[in-house]
Amino acid sequence: MENRSLVTIADYSKEKILYMLQMAAEFEKNPNRNLLRSKVVATLFFEPSTRTRLSFETAANRLKARVIGFSDPKATSSSKGESLKDTIMMVSNYADVIVMRHYLEGAAQYASEIAPVPIVNAGDGANQHPSQTMLDLYSIYKTQGTLENLNIFLVGDLKYGRTVHSLIQAMRHFNPTFHFVAPAELKMPEEYKLYCKEYQIKYEEHSEFTAETIQDADILYMTRVQRERFTDLMEYERVKNVFILRNSMLAATRPNLKILHPLPRVNEISYDVDESPKAYYYQQAHNGLFARQAILCDVLGITLDEIKKEQ
Amino acid sequence: MSNIINKRELQVAAIENGTVIDHIPADKLFSVVSLLGLQQMSNKITIGFNFDSKKLGKKGLIKIADKFLTDDELNRLSIVAPHIIMSIIRDFKVVEKHNVEMPSLLRGIVKCTNPKCITNNEPMQTLFQVVDKDNCVIRCHYCEKEQQRNEIQIL
Ligand SMILES: [Zn+2]
Repeated sequence: MENRSLVTIADYSKEKILYMLQMAAEFEKNPNRNLLRSKVVATLFFEPSTRTRLSFETAANRLKARVIGFSDPKATSSSKGESLKDTIMMVSNYADVIVMRHYLEGAAQYASEIAPVPIVNAGDGANQHPSQTMLDLYSIYKTQGTLENLNIFLVGDLKYGRTVHSLIQAMRHFNPTFHFVAPAELKMPEEYKLYCKEYQIKYEEHSEFTAETIQDADILYMTRVQRERFTDLMEYERVKNVFILRNSMLAATRPNLKILHPLPRVNEISYDVDESPKAYYYQQAHNGLFARQAILCDVLGITLDEIKKEQ
Repeated sequence: MSNIINKRELQVAAIENGTVIDHIPADKLFSVVSLLGLQQMSNKITIGFNFDSKKLGKKGLIKIADKFLTDDELNRLSIVAPHIIMSIIRDFKVVEKHNVEMPSLLRGIVKCTNPKCITNNEPMQTLFQVVDKDNCVIRCHYCEKEQQRNEIQIL
């Protein structure tokens, strides 16, 4: 049987991404469906992530699936030394699909190779988090009307931020121009710049974050700048107040600009931005519901046509 | 002419059946010896060290009687010492001679250097894709981290 798991966004072709966006749009029209009425969805969170788990469980519940699982790994036998394989094989006896978050990198890939049911990667360590990327793409698509030829500014921690790395991979099909805006210690790693060259993705790097830097942006994707990422705390003290987006910086920006953030934010977006029509991070999180409904249906073999017919 | 051949024969005793591994970079010779477990073997083995080589300056050479390398052993060899040349000898004649090339996949051979990789925490085989054969860059199939030659640890 074909393995329909979703482990990394890199597995999605351009056509598949556009298809998944259409599916998400169907769920936005009507998120309450009977599509998964006879299904059991397991959410296995070997590392706690309340935000992601609630989003997946709401997606499953609104499609009338039953949800089993755990949100606290201390309560499971993996804390008693049970292998991931044994846990996955046990849960596969009960569930039709497994949504899995794990602190180890590659855990979802391995699970997808051994499980008889599809695996949805809800984050594996610092590696991949494809449902986050799908909701980012859906948010960009919805606000810009297209994914093609956009100026996308990635701001903040570009060294460790896995969401920005996955976004580059996913956007490679759509001729973007990226702007990497980061303090020196957190700049985009060489391997992703090589990736851009390999796929002929245009990019510019900036070490300053000012109103002028961002005036051509269609999308401003902010990320957290965390103190613990710095080896040089002097450098942290210098940049922590520089890489903050303030409402005053938006005056000369494009009218179609939208500000995204994977949330939770610390202080990198000033609260006075929340009232701007360009702020989009709360809606972005809401879009996660539709993106995850699409993902659950797709891994279970439910097609866009079936979703359109069902309502 | 016959003089030169005699010199060669002095350097390395001929074997009737077995394997000759040539063009081993001198500093990799002992890694190859331990990789193939030659210390534990009872076969007749000739090890040459610091031979002159046009390409490498100094090279190593190993002859093992009555031993033919498995694919797995060849794959391991290719990581430690790329561009070595292996000859198979039968009845004192070279019947096969080829470069040992890195395969495109390395299964169960290399340890991932990422401590947070699933392969270091679960009873399972590692798997690497070879990204760049010439420079020996490999990528873990699971955690996606890349490794350079000097980081590679053989299991
Ligand atoms: Zn790994």
